[in-house]
Amino acid sequence: MITFALALDIFTQLSFWVSVGVLAGTYGIFACGLQLNVGFTGVVNFGQAGFMAIGAYTMGIAVVELGWSFWAALPVAVLVAMAAGLLIGLSSLRLRADYFAIVTLAFAEIVRYTAINARDLTGGNQGLIGFDGDWARLSGGIQEALAPVGLDGEFLLPLLLVTWTTLVLLVLSLRWAQGSPWGRVLRAIREDEDAARALGKNAFAYKLQSIAIAAGIAAIAGFFHALNLSLLTPNSFEPLFTFLGYAVLVLGGLASYTAVAAGAVVLWTLLEATRLLELPLPAEKVAALRFMIVGLILIVLMALRPQGAFGKREEMVLGD
Amino acid sequence: MSRLEDNAMGPEELSGPHPGGADRLGDEPAWRRLLRRARVGVRDRPGYALLGITASLFAGLVAVYGLSDVAQRTLNGLVAGSYFALGAVGLTLVYGILKLVNFAHGDMLTFGAYMALLFSAGLGLPSLVAMAAGVLATAGLGLAFERLLWRPMRRKRAGLLQLLLTAIGLALFIRSGIQFVAGTAQRSLDVDVLASVEFLGLRIGTTELIVVVVGVAVLTLVAVLLRVTSVGRQMRALSDNFSLAETTGVDTSRIVALTWVFGAGLAGLAGVLYAAAAGSFNPNLGFLLLLTLFAAVILGGIGNAYGALVGGMFLGLTQEWSTLVIDSRWKIAIGFVILIMVLIVRPNGLFGRAAKI
Repeated sequence: MITFALALDIFTQLSFWVSVGVLAGTYGIFACGLQLNVGFTGVVNFGQAGFMAIGAYTMGIAVVELGWSFWAALPVAVLVAMAAGLLIGLSSLRLRADYFAIVTLAFAEIVRYTAINARDLTGGNQGLIGFDGDWARLSGGIQEALAPVGLDGEFLLPLLLVTWTTLVLLVLSLRWAQGSPWGRVLRAIREDEDAARALGKNAFAYKLQSIAIAAGIAAIAGFFHALNLSLLTPNSFEPLFTFLGYAVLVLGGLASYTAVAAGAVVLWTLLEATRLLELPLPAEKVAALRFMIVGLILIVLMALRPQGAFGKREEMVLGD
Repeated sequence: MSRLEDNAMGPEELSGPHPGGADRLGDEPAWRRLLRRARVGVRDRPGYALLGITASLFAGLVAVYGLSDVAQRTLNGLVAGSYFALGAVGLTLVYGILKLVNFAHGDMLTFGAYMALLFSAGLGLPSLVAMAAGVLATAGLGLAFERLLWRPMRRKRAGLLQLLLTAIGLALFIRSGIQFVAGTAQRSLDVDVLASVEFLGLRIGTTELIVVVVGVAVLTLVAVLLRVTSVGRQMRALSDNFSLAETTGVDTSRIVALTWVFGAGLAGLAGVLYAAAAGSFNPNLGFLLLLTLFAAVILGGIGNAYGALVGGMFLGLTQEWSTLVIDSRWKIAIGFVILIMVLIVRPNGLFGRAAKI
């Protein structure tokens, strides 16, 4: 009975929700890129963690090794990630869907192995630190501003605010883009690429843009991931990150950006709750249990409601 | 290169009967004629082309690094190639018949290794018996998932994305399940990994030698079975055209179940052999191998069992050879780079036919 009481306590603690919020925001941003590719263009991109790693490491290397300002490094890192997206798209978008999925995953692993092995630049498995000085100053400023309302105790609160501001802006602008003629062409390509081509649309160029933008979004998610950890290690960019992104995507639902944000909150509330519940198990087993849950969620959703919680069945891609 | 060009008869063949074609060919410088023949050769005879590439890689490396170094790496490459090929054949069989990109295949390898561990260390069976039991248990797991998960999904006419994500969910579930039960610590099977035999100045671990012999024997057996037995022919018929095979009276439900037993069993064997050859393993064994297996499968043309076999061996060799040129920490990435490069030149893989999706 005592363990149960402890468990309920957790949900009233602010620090629990702040850490869930940061993770959910990061994964939400990450999965918005997947939604653009999978939900709206019909391109199955499994390399999102690779683009995220490229963005985060470009930022880290620019700040730590080259002495750039953190703020100047951000846009450059986004552009580098987008260039990587273009490169992958140009070389592989002509492949069939299943090959493309595997090739993008292989690309992400090449990025990760490079981060592990190029130790002079990335610090290898030891990791890269010291890129977040500029952010710490801003974060401190936000914390001071929050002091009058008594919220200055939460170290991660500024990060939460910035992450979710970014996510909300991102969702709004993606929704706007999706309603524009450009967004309608993407949907047309998802529904019937040949028909879109017959209408004179350059389907390849549109898919390329979709991948590049998703890669840029992944880079942004990478910044928040890096700031949350204060450390860049290759292992935080494992394919697992992409798979969790897909879990967020289908938990929320396909073809809706708002659903992605909701999916991220649901998934991370669930996962963090298992971490904090006082289960009579060693930490290692609890960690394994978390991923068993993610696996089960994916299987059950795909079997029973493949379009996701808030997704639209008629917009389910690759359903044939 | 578009798929159309890839398959259509190229201008090379057409130029012969064309009036004036002979003149044009006659004027052609010898080097250009050679280049043209090479291009047609690579397209029409990818097997010989690959053999040629492999042989010239070998010759080039021997010229630079000397025979003994290269021969030693070649031996290591054959060891790696045999479990790559075993894993890849199972993966490609399932794909060929069910069009399922099975992301859980790598974790089948892990399952096989851990079941062998359970039977030997846990239940005290002799090593060989435990390994065989591990392979059988994995085959059983494959069959169980077919009945519980994949068959119902097929009945629902699940699409590509749905199947992909189900497989990823299953992969996470199996891997974390193994972690939950057995922990993340490094384990090892009760085999002697230190004993080695030496011949012609080359050294190979006794276990590794057994791995190669078993691997090559089983792969040959699989190739023969697919060729001559009725089940093998039916499997290839399903892989070629599922509904046509069904209308001509193939018991698809039985053949699909057998494919899972076969594919998962091969995965279990690959996992057991890997665990024995590598000496120690953890629950990430199969997942780390998975992408290399995919690379082997795609190199060989997805769905093509003989292609997967060749692709697995080729990757094993090139990965080990690459350690002569650059640090061995890069060797897994080398496999992926080869994959991407091959796909840029041949979008359907080395032995692949045009897309059927």
